[in-house]
Amino acid sequence: MDTAFLSTPTPSHAASGRPLVRVRGVSKQFANGTLAVRDVDLSLGAGEFVSLLGPSGCGKSTLLRMIAGLGAPSSGTIDWPSTSHDASGRPERDLGFVFQDPTLMPWASALANVMLPLTLKGVPRGEAEGRAAQFLALVGLKGFERSYPRELSGGMRMRVSIARGLVLKPKILLMDEPFAALDEITRHRLNDDLLELWWKERFTAVFVTHSVFESVYLSKRIVVMAARPGRVMADLAVDAPYPRDELFRTSPEYAHLCRVVSGKLKEAIGS
Amino acid sequence: MTAATEPHSPAHGGTDAEARPVFATEPRILGLPASAWPRILAPIVIGVLALGLWEFAVWWNGIPQYILPGPILIAQTLVADWGTLSGSLWITLRITFTALLAAVVVGVSLAVLFTQSKWLEMSLLPYAVILQVTPIVAIAPLIIIWAGDIDLSLLICAWIVAFFPILSNTILGLNSADHNLINLFQLYGATRWQTMRHLKLPAALPYFLAGLKISGGLALIGAVVAEFVAGTGGSASGLAYRILEAGYQLKIPRVFAALIMISLSGIAIFLTTSWISHLLLRRWHESALKREN
Repeated sequence: MDTAFLSTPTPSHAASGRPLVRVRGVSKQFANGTLAVRDVDLSLGAGEFVSLLGPSGCGKSTLLRMIAGLGAPSSGTIDWPSTSHDASGRPERDLGFVFQDPTLMPWASALANVMLPLTLKGVPRGEAEGRAAQFLALVGLKGFERSYPRELSGGMRMRVSIARGLVLKPKILLMDEPFAALDEITRHRLNDDLLELWWKERFTAVFVTHSVFESVYLSKRIVVMAARPGRVMADLAVDAPYPRDELFRTSPEYAHLCRVVSGKLKEAIGS
Repeated sequence: MTAATEPHSPAHGGTDAEARPVFATEPRILGLPASAWPRILAPIVIGVLALGLWEFAVWWNGIPQYILPGPILIAQTLVADWGTLSGSLWITLRITFTALLAAVVVGVSLAVLFTQSKWLEMSLLPYAVILQVTPIVAIAPLIIIWAGDIDLSLLICAWIVAFFPILSNTILGLNSADHNLINLFQLYGATRWQTMRHLKLPAALPYFLAGLKISGGLALIGAVVAEFVAGTGGSASGLAYRILEAGYQLKIPRVFAALIMISLSGIAIFLTTSWISHLLLRRWHESALKREN
């Protein structure tokens, strides 16, 4: 590697023992014969910020959904080595999920939307309201508790969705191209705020994107994937220190990293 | 809310709060939005003109009242016969609303049941369709014979006509919840009941209300048609019987007066269900929002 900031990752979980999630030899074939993901090996350590970067159709969303437990792999295993398991042997996945669309309930206020995971877990209403309000404030939406999704802008809806993903204080937050539909200014703002949240709340972040710039800006580690069939092509560590801000976004290192990652992505697409 | 009163923290001074959609807030005249008035006044003007023309045509051609009475005579009859007619109106409305209530209860319950079990839906839905497509006039005599009691048979007829739109619309609504939201409920390990209560029922609400609007009118039609078929006498008879009776006696103004009462009831039912729908959906559903471009 020709840069001080980009290296092969030393497994960050080596220090803390077992990884949070271990994906081993996972393939996924859909009923129509499409091989979405082939033979993926991936370990996600506690506290990491990992981006899954690749062209559309490379199975990054499918992989993310399988980690979340939405759809089982056709072969291979996804373990949660450091999580307790229920009576039937299923891992009690401690995760939040943010979809590509905000996926809010249009009939419920911002507060009620953030409360949903708490309500479903049987948390008493008063306590749930307090915690949901706290997380709405955390994503910068204090004062919008009673607003309905219709009355919010695209960026604000995504913030509600992120607050909902974090309200149970999960160990891991899975995000499926959450900012793809937003304009660049809003997206930069949300990238900054997401990093700040990650820094404060100390969760593991897995971020699916097709934007090289976004992945370099956010991640500690970038997993480059190729399409048809979806597979992992490269696993890069981004060693630039946090906190990252506007200064990093305009720095020569950032430009350089983007160029290197772009090269890797081009290789992946060309292969 | 204006930008100045929005309480965001400095760190988020640049949320795209400015990009929030703008909803139209209209000036109100006598408690109604200004744009609602033309929608009320225009049909009234047309109605008044048509009634005037009708009255004039009847007078000009000297049409006898047992063929076509003028609107003024009809209005006079309405006032004069109010005692008998209002009693009959009450009977018809009671059947209509009881049937509608039964249609809501049975329609929604069956819809919920059908979405819980595909087998149940596959086996029972065809029979609901058969009930719907069989003309009520054709089976009303049978129902009257079987039910024994006239009130009960009228109720069953009105219910059969009213319940299908609620059933089919609610089924459609329950099945149209956002797929990602269903996934989200799965992720959080929601029970069937939680998914129904917090996701499927609210998602089905606009569809159910659309069905309710249709069924409200149909319940009234069902009640009137069944009364026509039953054609019972006695003191406790609905508006349809009054029409039949007045027709035999060539009291045509009274026929018209009863017709008008049925129409006005239908309109009132429609306005009420529309209003309920508006109240329930105004904050969140696309159909109830007005955007400013």
